[in-house]
Amino acid sequence: MTIQLSDRTALAAAPRPRRKARLTSWQLNIISWLAPVGFLLIWEAAARAGMIAPQILPAPSAVAATGWKLIANGSLFQHLGASLARAAAGFVIGGSIGFGLGVLVGFSRLAEALLDRSIQMIRAIPFLAMLPLVIVWFGVDESGKIFMVSLAVMFPIYINTVLGIRQVDPKLLELARVTGLSWQATIRRIILPGAMPSVLTGVRYALAVAWLALVIAETIATTRGIGFLAMDAREFLQTNVIVLTILIYAAIGVGADSLARALERRLLRWHPNYAKEA
Amino acid sequence: MTAVSVRGLRRQYGERVVIENLDLRIGKGEFVALLGESGCGKTTLLRALAGLDAIDGGHIDAPGKPAVVFQEHRLLPWAPLWQNVALGLETPEGRAAAIAALSEVGLAGREEDWPRNLSGGQAQRVALARALVREPKLLLLDEPFAALDALTRIKMHVLIRELVARHRPGVLLVTHDVDEAVAIADRILVMRAGRIAASYDTAGQTGLRDTLLKELGVETDTRAA
Ligand SMILES: Nc1ncnc2c1ncn2[C@@H]1O[C@H](COP(=O)(O)OP(=O)(O)O)[C@@H](O)[C@H]1O
Ligand SMILES: [Mg+2]
Repeated sequence: MTIQLSDRTALAAAPRPRRKARLTSWQLNIISWLAPVGFLLIWEAAARAGMIAPQILPAPSAVAATGWKLIANGSLFQHLGASLARAAAGFVIGGSIGFGLGVLVGFSRLAEALLDRSIQMIRAIPFLAMLPLVIVWFGVDESGKIFMVSLAVMFPIYINTVLGIRQVDPKLLELARVTGLSWQATIRRIILPGAMPSVLTGVRYALAVAWLALVIAETIATTRGIGFLAMDAREFLQTNVIVLTILIYAAIGVGADSLARALERRLLRWHPNYAKEA
Repeated sequence: MTAVSVRGLRRQYGERVVIENLDLRIGKGEFVALLGESGCGKTTLLRALAGLDAIDGGHIDAPGKPAVVFQEHRLLPWAPLWQNVALGLETPEGRAAAIAALSEVGLAGREEDWPRNLSGGQAQRVALARALVREPKLLLLDEPFAALDALTRIKMHVLIRELVARHRPGVLLVTHDVDEAVAIADRILVMRAGRIAASYDTAGQTGLRDTLLKELGVETDTRAA
């Protein structure tokens, strides 16, 4: 037996340094659900024990039953579809305008001088203060609601697009000149990818405020949408349905956020903060 | 054959004249190092040659577009390595040329990798590949090895000599490292007061290091060493 070999066996036999027991991400994931699930169980138990009147706050099981009923008769998806369509339309319109203005102002000091002050002034108007005016302008029509969402979405995307473009490393722009890139290629290969992290931050904010705007906009008289469901239920004191609509709004908010995160992981996979290393 | 020829060059920032009446000629395949104290105008000269800054007087004649490697690698973090190398040449041929250039600088098979996965030396090699893939007549290097550790720097010296021998561009290497200049250049220029103050061929020279250090205002005593 060579010395080298015996050395190796000695090493293998030596006790390994004890690692601290670390929780896996899977375990942490489960733990993170303990509090909400526990809360639901306590709520259910309290409701069943008669500690909370069903008109004040119905049991989770009652809300679920209502949800199931509305799914079964098809009305839930109809209303959900109407709300999502409004949100999507508003997001696309407001997002395009915000991005377009952002690109313009980001590139051109002249465009900034012309536009930025006005945009910032409109941004300063509290959202709810616009509501009566929107009703006067658009009536209680679909377009008023889409307008509200568009307006809300526009600003975060505008601001973050301008910021992203302004923050592109001037050294990389110099590189573009040295390598003889055309201005189109400079925009496509350097400026837009460089601005992308900031633009996506804007998208994430925008998704959150789009939802907020929709909730407010759907309180305007309407016959379709999750907001209608809630208003209608209020009229008839159906607390079950009211709680259900709140939960749906919450779920869609969470969904929108994970959509934004997925977009970031996809588009920013070059970025150390978003890279998943094996 | 001339890679670049400069006559009577003048550069100033406002009232402040940084380069005055500077003449310079670099031949095809010639490796020239430019030494000079910090702030004497080396980068200013290189930027003028690169066409990054307008000149205030004189002539620069350079056939074709020079390629530049800066002190920082300036890789696009969002582009895989081959796209960084082929920047502006994104055709199938450009991709093939980029892959070949990457293997020339010792990064074969890494074309789809991201810049963030590279060490400092590797990133600078990609920057070299990006410059060489354009087959420039003139290669401008502004202290490209200054941020690297000593061992990596020596490896880079070997690599750059090989690459220049193969592609034969004229090279202007700005450096503040006298040993680096002596190790890799054919000719060494010393810049002072906005012009070329001295020129030395490195071939067959002894004691060049001390001469150069003296030119740069550093007194050395070889007997004491
Ligand atoms: N953009 C600028 N504006 C004004 N002065 C500058 C500018 N760039 C460089 N200088 C000045 O010109 C001189 C030469 O600078 P530089 O060429 O960068 O020197 P170095 O030889 O260290 O590369 C320095 O004194 C510097 O302060
Ligand atoms: Mg410099």
